[in-house]
Amino acid sequence: MKYALEIERLFVSYLGNQVVKDITFSVKKGSLVGIIGPNGAGKSTLMKAALNLISKDKGDIKIFGEPLKKWKKNIAYVPQRSDIDWDFPITVIDVVLLGTYPKLGLFKRPSRSDREWAQECLKTVGMENFSGRQIGELSGGQQQRVFLARALAQKAELFFLDEPFVGIDVASEETIINILRDLKKEGKTILVVHHDLGKAESYFDHLLLLNQHMIHYGASEEVLQPEVITKAYANQFSFLQPKGVNVTS
Amino acid sequence: MNMNMIDFFEALFQYEFLQKALFTSVMVGVICGIVGCFIILRGMSLMGDAISHAVLPGVAISYMLGISFFFGAVITGVLTAIGIGYVSQNSRIKHDMAIGIMFTSMFAVGIVIITLMKSSADLYHILFGNVLAVRMSDMWITVGIGVLVIGLVTLFYKELLVSTFDPTMAQSYGLPNKWIHYALMVVLTMVTVASLQTVGIVLVVAMLITPAATAYLLTNRLSVMIYLSAFFGIIASVFGLYFSFIYNLASGATIVLVSAFMFAMAFFFSPSQGLVWKALKARKNRAELMR
Repeated sequence: MKYALEIERLFVSYLGNQVVKDITFSVKKGSLVGIIGPNGAGKSTLMKAALNLISKDKGDIKIFGEPLKKWKKNIAYVPQRSDIDWDFPITVIDVVLLGTYPKLGLFKRPSRSDREWAQECLKTVGMENFSGRQIGELSGGQQQRVFLARALAQKAELFFLDEPFVGIDVASEETIINILRDLKKEGKTILVVHHDLGKAESYFDHLLLLNQHMIHYGASEEVLQPEVITKAYANQFSFLQPKGVNVTS
Repeated sequence: MNMNMIDFFEALFQYEFLQKALFTSVMVGVICGIVGCFIILRGMSLMGDAISHAVLPGVAISYMLGISFFFGAVITGVLTAIGIGYVSQNSRIKHDMAIGIMFTSMFAVGIVIITLMKSSADLYHILFGNVLAVRMSDMWITVGIGVLVIGLVTLFYKELLVSTFDPTMAQSYGLPNKWIHYALMVVLTMVTVASLQTVGIVLVVAMLITPAATAYLLTNRLSVMIYLSAFFGIIASVFGLYFSFIYNLASGATIVLVSAFMFAMAFFFSPSQGLVWKALKARKNRAELMR
């Protein structure tokens, strides 16, 4: 069968330093994959390079066996919270509406049905009562849910989320992971940059463990073996502390 | 005051130069207001300042060759934008440093050229504006630029919004961010050219930033912000021209001061962002806790 995402021998440099080195892996359609690794491991860089948001030194990226270009509009990307200007004059509903833009085409404005669809997506993430608010007025978890709603509005096949669980409340985290599981059931493919090893096993069915080089890619329980994990976190003793320690902070 | 007002209106009906001045100023207010919104939201205020100053050598050379300011300005403006990007991307020089170096150099080149042309009166007008000497051809250039700006923003509103708010998303679905950036730089140089007559090179940046910043304090929607900003641009132009005429002051200075006054009002009294309301609310909260 065709893979949803195939990455072959990917090398990426950031500010002159090579931070992603020789990564090869394939993701089956309908999987929920976590990308984990210590700080500076190149997790976000890998995700951005896979979307061609930053240039790569070398490597081949295929989406459903085809070049990335063909699938661009069918990939939803949720950026890190720190990448967004939260003072921007935009309301919650208008953020979600941005999700409809990729498939609208030039010169076309969102229609009434697009607006209704955006409102529906807001409902899915439990934010329907906030549609008129300016986005900076929301809590971190609410903001993340709005951006997930935007991704849903895009009706994409692939979802890329960069650190969606950083700095958010437990309820929002629960909502988001449940929605991701629903998407998986619908046959969507989801990649998540994540750094909380404690929940990695229950959240994802596959994990890509990374520390610039690829340490291991496979089923979650297989990757989360101490002897595998220590290879990536060799210098970070904090991992040895009990469950759910946030290794990168 | 009332007498002044009547004088102003009488003069407005009587003198064609004043009508042209008013019409051009209002156009410039609108154009600067619209473009300014994108400049400030993209964090390019300093870039706006740089480009507006950097058109000087282009304007001078066009003047020398006897062609329209327009061509020279666009060429030097865009060259400066490219130069700034080139320097900051290919060395440890930061973006703001590159801006400081490039635009002052260009500005200096412009001053040298104009001085060599032995025409200090023209230099003064280019730097500070001379709205009462607006020629028919300048007015038409301004109208043309205005139509272009309004047309582009209307057609590409969606793309401008997403590439300004979340450039990463814009890029991920295939919008050419880099080209949008350079298109905006070209528009910026055109706006500068349009504003030469009314506010002059030195103060163009005030017309770009101040009305947009005022609108930014008053709304949570980009579309509303654009209308408000254009509106404040018009108010600044009309009242600025009025004060300039009545008190015989440089029009650039009076227009900028009116818009600065509006900004100050919004800064202190904006319903959502105003300092005064925030302070009063904080005080009330404290008082309630003391009870």
